[in-house]
Amino acid sequence: MRGNDSTQFDRLPETAADREVEGRPSREAVVEWWTDRFGLDASIFEGYTFWEKGAGRVWALPANPELPVPVEALGLNVLRTRQEHWKPTTAGVQRFCRDATRNVVELNREQAERFLAGDDQELDWDGDWGYLVAAHDIADGLEPIGVGLFTYGSLQSMVPKGRRREF
Amino acid sequence: MEAMRRYESIIDDFEAFLDACERPLPTVVRVNTITGSVERAVAAFEDEGVAVSRREWSDRVLEVDTEKPGNTWPYVHGWVHGQEEVSAIPARVLDPQPGEAVWDTCAAPGSKATQLADLMDDTGLLVANDDNLGRLSALRGNADRLGVTCAAVTNADARRFDPSVVDVDAFDRVLVDAPCTCEGTIRKNLDALDEASPGASRNLARLQADILRRAVELTRDGGTVVYSTCTFAPEENEAVVDEILGEFDALSVEPYDIALDHDDGLTEWNGESYDESLANAKRFYPHQNDTGGFFAAKLTL
Repeated sequence: MRGNDSTQFDRLPETAADREVEGRPSREAVVEWWTDRFGLDASIFEGYTFWEKGAGRVWALPANPELPVPVEALGLNVLRTRQEHWKPTTAGVQRFCRDATRNVVELNREQAERFLAGDDQELDWDGDWGYLVAAHDIADGLEPIGVGLFTYGSLQSMVPKGRRREF
Repeated sequence: MEAMRRYESIIDDFEAFLDACERPLPTVVRVNTITGSVERAVAAFEDEGVAVSRREWSDRVLEVDTEKPGNTWPYVHGWVHGQEEVSAIPARVLDPQPGEAVWDTCAAPGSKATQLADLMDDTGLLVANDDNLGRLSALRGNADRLGVTCAAVTNADARRFDPSVVDVDAFDRVLVDAPCTCEGTIRKNLDALDEASPGASRNLARLQADILRRAVELTRDGGTVVYSTCTFAPEENEAVVDEILGEFDALSVEPYDIALDHDDGLTEWNGESYDESLANAKRFYPHQNDTGGFFAAKLTL
């Protein structure tokens, strides 16, 4: 087994059976995770290749360069793996979860503003625990704001510090 | 404003030009259709009590009646990006198509790169390069917020760029938005003229020509290169393009349409003459459209 090389992007193997680097997720597992967790249609990832740079940081790219690719960024960082629960990124959720049908919590205006400010809040949610898409209704549609972590009746805001806002 | 005096002979209504340079710019955002739409961005601004006015030349450019467009829901969702109006010109002139391989040679902080990605429908491969590692973090932050998936971000000197790192032989289109004396940004940056002088322009012209030469070398036959700056200096604009035109037989300056008032590119300056096709380039002055200043030339191979 080779190791992970944090100076270059390596393409995810198609399936776990093709894996050469220990701990690296497969493309199949990544697509399955998004479709299972958020009810997305797998077709939205058609044409995308997935890449890892640094252990567990997974990037999506709508192109297919030969590997490896020694660049600063390749596509959009959408997911963090290599921990017990895989964690989507704010950018990944904003980009791909507009049509999510599962594990989406709809916040009202005041809740949305608190979430964006980075505050934790009590939440009446009887669905799955774990990482949820926090969304709100704006301009005639539901729009994802970011990732929330729901446990024990509380929604923790995962909005990165640099993207927090107080209106 | 004394540094501007040397342009008096080429700018019509020079006093109006100087007056415009001393006025602040309107606040303008570009709509990012990767994650949003013009309709939703306008509706969301108006719901927050922010008045929006459209621009005739581009449906994706909006003037917004707020000092802080970055502190709004449309910004948080990546539906809009604060970008000066004329800065939205070069990507439109380059006109990248979905699925193409496109190189942005001097991409940080990423306003034009993310616009290119949007025009490509976020497909294909956009190589967003900059030699300044510090500024790359701003580029990455903007690409992230705007939901760009089609970009590879590279940190190299554009003059010696090796496209094999991204598995590309030749690009369909290349944007050279070159480092320049930035005189055209005087309305948002009052210090812009501190570093400007004919000597500074001549020094930068060496770098600009070297980057443009590499851009042409890495563009496929039939491909397009746009050369742009935010300065008025002919040494950094027409003279640079003229020099590179002389090195590549197949290269020419093409006309393009954009519904903004402008002047044609110069074919002579200070006793030097440039290729007649440089009249196809365009100069945008602050008093013409109430914007910053810009120069853009469209080259085809």
